[in-house]
Amino acid sequence: MENFTPINSAIGGVLIGLSSTLFLWLNGRIVGISGIAGGLESLDRKEVTWRLLFLTGLIGGVAIYRMTGGTLHDIEIVSSIPVLMAAGLLTGLGTRMGNGCTSGHGICGLARLSPRSFVAVPIFLGIAVITFFLTRHVLGGLS
Amino acid sequence: MKRYLATLLSGLLFGLGLAISEMVNPQKVLGFLDVSGSWDPSLMFVLGGALFVSVVTFRPITRMAKPVFDVDFRLPTSTAIDMKLIGGATLFGIGWGLVGYCPGPAIASLAYSQIESGIFLGAMVLGLYADRLYHRPTTVI
Repeated sequence: MENFTPINSAIGGVLIGLSSTLFLWLNGRIVGISGIAGGLESLDRKEVTWRLLFLTGLIGGVAIYRMTGGTLHDIEIVSSIPVLMAAGLLTGLGTRMGNGCTSGHGICGLARLSPRSFVAVPIFLGIAVITFFLTRHVLGGLS
Repeated sequence: MKRYLATLLSGLLFGLGLAISEMVNPQKVLGFLDVSGSWDPSLMFVLGGALFVSVVTFRPITRMAKPVFDVDFRLPTSTAIDMKLIGGATLFGIGWGLVGYCPGPAIASLAYSQIESGIFLGAMVLGLYADRLYHRPTTVI
């Protein structure tokens, strides 16, 4: 547990909760990143504009934090290219099929007491833990 | 205009949250998934912090007649617990467990312009739109 950062994690979590609150309160929509990104294919210019704006803010938030000297470790990715591609593909397919990811189901869905989210969240969390265990501990570092 | 500003601000807050909690770093997420190794419970505190806010605020907000800047709420209405939901959550779980990226951090990581994140993101976008290969969007302008 040497990497455990409870205070920063809770502060970050509260900001994410405030983001979801603000978006629902002002614009009446759910902050679900896979849904926001997935809807970019829309042919309606207004739909595309707000989605791009949100994602720009998302990337900008991280960029601003880095530029203002926020302590942030560099991203470390140890996965090989085929694993990265497979994982990305599965994440895209799965979040589209299940209509949501960690934000849409995990934060907004649970807060709305959506029965679908109460099914989806334990499944993707549980499967992720099992996948990690199998690939890193059983199959001996398949990454 | 106000609507767009609110959208940008929500995105910024979300990105800041991901940065401060370090969820943009897949290693931090994998530390949480590694329950049998050196477990790092941080992700639970992120989810807890977010839910702490949204559980309190969502109920009174959805009871309003309409959101502040828009004409109506657009909330998911489906309640079906079907194979699509279960299968989708399973596929996503495998992807998440393999690398430690979920869609939010994967997109936010563009702030780092790292090649590995780009590869993951490209594949994720392909996956997101894969069903359009056989099912074209019917939205008309």
